[in-house]
Amino acid sequence: MAALAERQAVPLLDPRIPRLLQIRRVRRETRDTWTLDLIGSDAGEPFAPGQFAMLYAPGVGEVPISISGDPASPEVITHTVRAVGPTTRALCGLRAGDVLGWRGPYGHPWPLEAVPSGADVVIVAGGIGLAPLRPAVLRVLADRARFRRIALLYGARTPGELLFRRDLERWRSRLDTEVEITVDAGDAGWRGNVGVVTTLIPPAKFDPARAVALVCGPEVMMRFTVGDLRKRGLPPERIFLSLERNMHCGVGLCGRCQFGPRFICREGPVFSYAEVERHFTIREV
Amino acid sequence: METLESLLAEHEFFRGLTREDIVLFTECASNVRFETGAYIFREGQPADQFFAVRHGRVALEVYVPGRGGVAIQTVGPGEVLGWSWMLPPYRWHFDARVLEQTRVLAFDATCIRDKCETDHRLGYELMKRLAHVFTQRLEASRLQLLDIYGRAG
Amino acid sequence: MTVLLERVDLDILLAALRRRGYTPIGPTVRDNAITCAEIVSADTLPAGWVDEQEAGRYRLRQSGDPVLFGHTVGPVAWKRFLFPPAVRLWQVESGGGGPRAAGTPNPSVIRPDGDLPPRYALIGVRACDLAAIAIQDTVFLAQAHVDRAYESRRRGAFIVAVHCTRPGATCFCASTGTGPRAAAGFDLALTEVCRDGRHYFLVESGSSRGEELLPDVPLREATPDECELGEAAVAEAAERMGRSVDLAGLKDLLYRSYEHPRWDETAARCLACANCTMVCPTCFCTAAEERTDLEGRAEHVRRWDSCFTGSFSYIHGGSIRSSVKSRYRQWLVHKFAAWIDQFGTTGCVGCGRCITWCPAAIDITEEVRAIQLSEVAIHGDA
Repeated sequence: MAALAERQAVPLLDPRIPRLLQIRRVRRETRDTWTLDLIGSDAGEPFAPGQFAMLYAPGVGEVPISISGDPASPEVITHTVRAVGPTTRALCGLRAGDVLGWRGPYGHPWPLEAVPSGADVVIVAGGIGLAPLRPAVLRVLADRARFRRIALLYGARTPGELLFRRDLERWRSRLDTEVEITVDAGDAGWRGNVGVVTTLIPPAKFDPARAVALVCGPEVMMRFTVGDLRKRGLPPERIFLSLERNMHCGVGLCGRCQFGPRFICREGPVFSYAEVERHFTIREV
Repeated sequence: METLESLLAEHEFFRGLTREDIVLFTECASNVRFETGAYIFREGQPADQFFAVRHGRVALEVYVPGRGGVAIQTVGPGEVLGWSWMLPPYRWHFDARVLEQTRVLAFDATCIRDKCETDHRLGYELMKRLAHVFTQRLEASRLQLLDIYGRAG
Repeated sequence: MTVLLERVDLDILLAALRRRGYTPIGPTVRDNAITCAEIVSADTLPAGWVDEQEAGRYRLRQSGDPVLFGHTVGPVAWKRFLFPPAVRLWQVESGGGGPRAAGTPNPSVIRPDGDLPPRYALIGVRACDLAAIAIQDTVFLAQAHVDRAYESRRRGAFIVAVHCTRPGATCFCASTGTGPRAAAGFDLALTEVCRDGRHYFLVESGSSRGEELLPDVPLREATPDECELGEAAVAEAAERMGRSVDLAGLKDLLYRSYEHPRWDETAARCLACANCTMVCPTCFCTAAEERTDLEGRAEHVRRWDSCFTGSFSYIHGGSIRSSVKSRYRQWLVHKFAAWIDQFGTTGCVGCGRCITWCPAAIDITEEVRAIQLSEVAIHGDA
């Protein structure tokens, strides 16, 4: 497990210059989040679940956004973007047919290749954190026989802020996959769980002795999730997190995404908890 | 055969108890089923029971005029429901509404309280287990207050 | 064989460099400080100027000697030329149709920056700055992704080093193992000797490019006495160095000192002005900026940034490092600990610039020592 995925080879194209991709389709996920499907003559770069790309709105800026699409269909590059700043707002304002700049894929993926056959996979997502986990879910389900139990635990603020609702329905209807969804505050039509995502961990069906956990969400959510996974007996080496920091280059040169000795863009964004434990609870590190 | 005793022994909340203690608790227990939409209890009513959920899901709700029942938390299999039965004035603080058909072990509060008063060792064992539930719920409530999904992941 | 170049022949060296297409950049006096700029002739070098440096203090005075490199390092490090403060990474041409939704132009083409990189001859590079260039080589050229902007400038640069013969009071290169003698990384290295009416340079070549240049310069073999004078001056510089750091065990010490009270004390003085990172010859952090015009063209520009700014660590919702304490800590722990894990060496070359140019006179060597001494106090010295 320690030897994670291989370091990504440097693409032949100058990795620092965006290429132009066209938006084929835009789907509104929630009040402030959109999913963009991108195509282009030179799209089709294979990516691994958990990797990200730099999305460029010319004249506005460039931001790192995880890839949320299906790794089995790399001819369409999918990103799920939450409009929270000038660049993400510009990206979310784009329509089918518009063009944006793209470079990637960057970063280390979820270590799915290294997960031994017969392992349980526990996926814990909070809020927009489901976006970088969606390719992992799709990959795991496509290779379902390789794993024993699969549990997807997903928390969001409200039912209206759940991403990928059609996927969730589809995954939930599978008999071989446990999908638990919880919201902080339900609405009139909500009949599911109410409570934070960590409340789903104690009852989730997995064997800590053979489970691997993939976790993504806001840092505070991940901190408590790690705590509850460890209470269940999962060792730090088998808990994987996707971290977020400010990033301007995506390739280890701008220095902004440092997390202790690590560059999140280059050695992350996915780390085992064992790798980052030392710095994870230091404030403002 | 599924006896009340074996159902109790299988429940997460009672895991690891001695056979004797299981028997003691079983003496206060009954097996109950609630249909979707039913209220297991309502705010203000006497809290004369507590429940260990075996199947299904129950929402703890507060009624807010104009908004209806607002769910604070849901409780599912392996969890326990209600602790207003422990302390005076023994009145429920919330509504417990059944979201999907729910099977519970229902415990008579007076019966349990009496046993715990007579046998403090048993009472302490129960209290430790409940304290664990309280701390989990408290932590979860604190996280809910934090609005932890507010920031991008 | 050590060869010797007379001071009066220095212009011939500069001319030889120009003939090979290099623009000579060297020290010169501007705004009461030694800065680095194009050298038209050896006469624009800062003859007689020496600097007095202390924490938060820099003064130039005229010594009256004709010595050209009697000063130590000024506020401008060579990164200004190899890793310029602003570099255009790409340009975007708008494809008609006017602005799109949300005000973004629909781009038709993105092209990399096409400007030919300049070819510089860097004259008077000190040992600490050579070490800094080697560190930036590792940062920009030896990782998975190469920095093209740096690479093109670096490959084209000719380096004339000068061994230090007069250390500054804020220098500590002897303790970081990076000076005062330049060991490697130069094309040519000079030792200036200005004594008893004699003024000459001992010349070493450190590369085939340096070797290739020598026939164009009037050189002669140096006598043992002439060599001796140069050697003695450099050796003396090492002994008179004003400051030092003890690197032994420092990485692990800093990693376990994230919650040390010293950070709070220093943060109370630190203005988070970012001066230290701007003058630091190894600091490499940048920000990307978007520049636009009314015709829909856009440029993506990279400029120096600093871990002392609030925007540096901003993610949606706020800055990760909102306190000055966390920013100073990030900088220092990066220099002496994280850098080693990232790039195999410390990020500090002992040039002392951050000490001199700190308006609050915060001294990195003193900060390191304070944490080291407190550790001794906690664990006893038995």
